[in-house]
Formats: sequence, structure tokens, C-alpha cells
Amino acid sequence: MHDADLIAQLLRLLAAGLLLISFAMLSRRRTQRLITLYAWQGAILFLSTCLVAYGEGLRELYYSAALTLILKVILLPWILHRLIHRLGAQWDSEPLVNIPATMLVGLVLVIFAFGLAQPISMLATTITRHTIGIALAVILLSFMMMITRRKAMTQVIGFLAMENGLFFAATSTTYGMPMVIELGIALDMLVAVFILGIFFFQIREQFDSLDLHHLEKLRED
Amino acid sequence: MSALTLVRQLGEVVLAVAIAPLFMGWIAQCRAWLQNRTAPPLTQPYRMLRKLFHKDAALAADASPLFRTAPYVLFGTMVLAAAIIPSVATDLPFARAADAIALIGLFATARVFMALAAMDIGTAFGSLGARREMMIGFLAEPAFLMVLFNAFLLYGSTALPSLVDANATRRFFIDPSVIFAEIAFIMVLLAENARIPIDNPATHLELTMIHEAMVLEYSARHLALIEWAADLKLFNYACIGFALFLPWGIAVHGADGGGALLLASAVLLVKLAFAGAALALIESLSAKLRIFRAPEYLAMAFLLAVLGLLVHLLLGANIHA
Repeated sequence: MHDADLIAQLLRLLAAGLLLISFAMLSRRRTQRLITLYAWQGAILFLSTCLVAYGEGLRELYYSAALTLILKVILLPWILHRLIHRLGAQWDSEPLVNIPATMLVGLVLVIFAFGLAQPISMLATTITRHTIGIALAVILLSFMMMITRRKAMTQVIGFLAMENGLFFAATSTTYGMPMVIELGIALDMLVAVFILGIFFFQIREQFDSLDLHHLEKLRED
Repeated sequence: MSALTLVRQLGEVVLAVAIAPLFMGWIAQCRAWLQNRTAPPLTQPYRMLRKLFHKDAALAADASPLFRTAPYVLFGTMVLAAAIIPSVATDLPFARAADAIALIGLFATARVFMALAAMDIGTAFGSLGARREMMIGFLAEPAFLMVLFNAFLLYGSTALPSLVDANATRRFFIDPSVIFAEIAFIMVLLAENARIPIDNPATHLELTMIHEAMVLEYSARHLALIEWAADLKLFNYACIGFALFLPWGIAVHGADGGGALLLASAVLLVKLAFAGAALALIESLSAKLRIFRAPEYLAMAFLLAVLGLLVHLLLGANIHA
């Protein structure tokens, strides 16, 4: 009993850490820092999945935790680092909508997510049910990061962070998805990053920049 | 109120006043080590104070009495704050006189006097520093209040001693809101004490100064008092941090005999040593922000503290439950 209590506390702590990292991502300007934060987010997901697996004695969750560790903490950040290195974009600091305003909107989003998750968490029976609100907040915050950023690279990181939020939501509501689905999602992520990497080069070749607002206007030549 | 509590109170204040410069010296030493410099001796701040007290004070011709009294007010408020904050024991007669919100008011009083004194002479740098200080202050105060509200919510009290009592004696419990509050608190501490992301205490360039710009016109004993008050301020903030987040080892109400007090003092020294090293590390790792980035930095601190409140409402089980 005491053990379960401790695990629940640790899970809450990790969930809070996840939220913290989402806000840190919103406030960072440098792409390289964002990738490091993304890796940290993956590490927290790995730890929390392991904890849930240990607390509930679910063996297959260990596999998905291992998958998280390999893919989100090691492989994807490494690929992204290589990509920005090749693109020469590691010191990209982008002009952004003013950061304090973004943060305040983020705060409102968190309140919204918490309010939204309250009835859902009443229904769930898992030990992690209180963290659904945080998972939802992480998804919304990553979504906002994709909206407010202009560079292609940061938008992709926002997309990946959103997937992290979804994964966390899945583990906290229903102890994760079936293994087949999880494997499929993991493969999708990997392929998406590869394809988007190719896109980056194409975009840069066309416009000499990774700024996506060039894509907004049609060219007539 | 027995004579013993008074002795305890007096002892705590004397200890605070005595070791505050040592804490500053320790931070300077850690910073020097981290930057591969030869460190100044630990007693450097004391030597500095002695030197300053032996000099003759020079006052500007048009200095008003306010300029001369400000250092005493500053030092007095910081000593009073040290008396209120429970650093070694919690059963203190002074500590019951004011809660944590009044404490923030006390710090604000010191800040106002400092800013007025800086503007009093009428030099450009003085008023520039005063304006910046007020800007930082008005942004840092709400963040600090929010951090305190986190602790109040968690322990159900606004008075620091009872808060520490509740905190030190509860069973071990991790509340996620505490990490948010802790980070916000460290950010506020750095901003309020003119440390690196906001202000560089070792700068020689007047245009980037905040705290230093305000004290440019002071000399000798006045300067010594101001320096000492600054040391005490940092010490006080560190002690507030310990009271809110690391209360273990303090002599709680009812268990504060001589042995417990000695132990608490030793624990306090250990905590200060770690806190000083951590502060030096943070300062060495971060660069000074442009002054226009300061609102962003402090908005971040405010936000983290508010997030802590939200997370507490959603996730935190009450410790009484």
C-alpha cells in the first residue's frame, strides 16, 4: 500500500516535470535547446511508463517504455541534431510572438485542459488518472508551439512533443495502447521525421530559409 | 515569553548578522573556482567591511538627511527580517509579530529607501539604478507572493514559524507543486539579490549596473552598512527558501533545547554551503540578460508559481488528508 502511494506521488512529480518542460519549450528561442528539451521529455515519459508498469505489474508496458527510450530519447534527438547541423540551423533564433504573451495564453490553456480533464479523471480507475489533465495540457501547449513558431524545424519538434503528450495521455487513462498500435505509431514518427527532413532540404533549396511563411504566398513565375 | 526564547531570538539574529558576509564570501569563492580563478579568501567580505568602517565618510554637498539615514534603515530592516525568519529555531517571539506577507512589505521598505537615497544626490547613474531596481522589484514581488501562496496552500498557514513546524514534522511527501514553486523562488532570489541573470554584482560598467549604480555615491561606514545589508538580504532569502522547501533539521517548537539548537545551527551551515555552491553554479552557467529581457524572466517566474498553484489544485493531495 505504501509502495503504491509512493509510486502515485512519483508519477505526479514526473507529470509536473512534463508540464514544466512544455513551458520551457514555449519559452526557448534556440532550436538546439528545444531538441534537448524534447529528449528530456522522452526521458520523463520513459520513467513514468516504467513506474506504471512496475506499479501495476504490466509486462508489456516495459516494452513500450523501452521503445520510448530508444526512439524518443536517443534516436529522434540524434537525427534532429544531425539535421540541424547539416542545415546549419543550430543557432537559429527566430523572431517569435512576444514570449510573455505566449506564456500567458499557455497558462489559460492549462486551466482549460485541467477543467476539461476533471470529469474524465472521475471516470478513470487507473492510479495515474489525476495526470490526464497534465497530458491534455501538454498536447495543447505543443499545439500552440506549432502555431506560434515560424520555422519548419520548431514546428516539427512541436509535432513530436504533441505525440509525447498523446502517449502520456494514453498511459495515464488506459495503461497504454495495444502493442501493435504503439509499434505502428513509433514507426510513423520515425518515417515522419525522415520525410520532414527531406522536406527541410527542399524548402531551403527553394527559399534559402526554413521560414514557413514563404510557403503562404503563391508565386507567379 | 520566557527569558530563554529571548536568548534564542537574540542568538539567531547575532548568528545571521555574523555569518551573512561569510555566505557571500563562500559564493564568491565557489564562483572563482568554477571560473578557474584563484579564489579570494573566505574572510574577504569581513576585511572589506573592516576597511570601510575605518575610513572617513565623504558626503556629497547636497545630500539630504535621507541619504545619510538610508543605510541605517536598510541594515535595520534586514536585521529585523532576519529576526522574523526562522533559520535555527521556530519558537521566536519576533517571528509571531509578522507573517510572510509582512516580510515582503519589509523588503519593499528597504527597496524604497534604497531607491530614494539613490535619487537623492541627483546623479544620472543613481536615478538610473533606482528606476531599474523599482522595475525589477515590482515584477519580482508578485512572483514571490505567488511562491509564498503555494506554501500557504500546502501547509495551511501564512506565518513562517507554524509553516516550518508543519513542514518539518510531516511525513515525507512529494507534492508536485513544490518543484514549480522552487524554481520560481530561485529565479526571484537571483533577481531580487542583484545576481547574474538580472544584474552582475562584479560589474565595473556603470551602464549595466542596477544595485551597484545605486550605491555609487556611498563611502566608508555607509557603504559598509549597505554591503552588509545586501549580504543579509541574500542570507534572509536563502533562509526563506530553507523554511519553505528544506526545513529538515531546524529546531521545531517544543523540541528546542541546547543540543537541538546546536544541531540546527550546524545543519543551517551545511545547507548554506550547498546553497552557496548551487547559486555559484547557476550564476556561472548563465549569462546576464539584457535589461529588456528581465520582464520576460520574471514573468516566467510568476507563471511557474501560478502553475504550481494550479498543479496543486489538480494533483496535490492535501497533506492533512
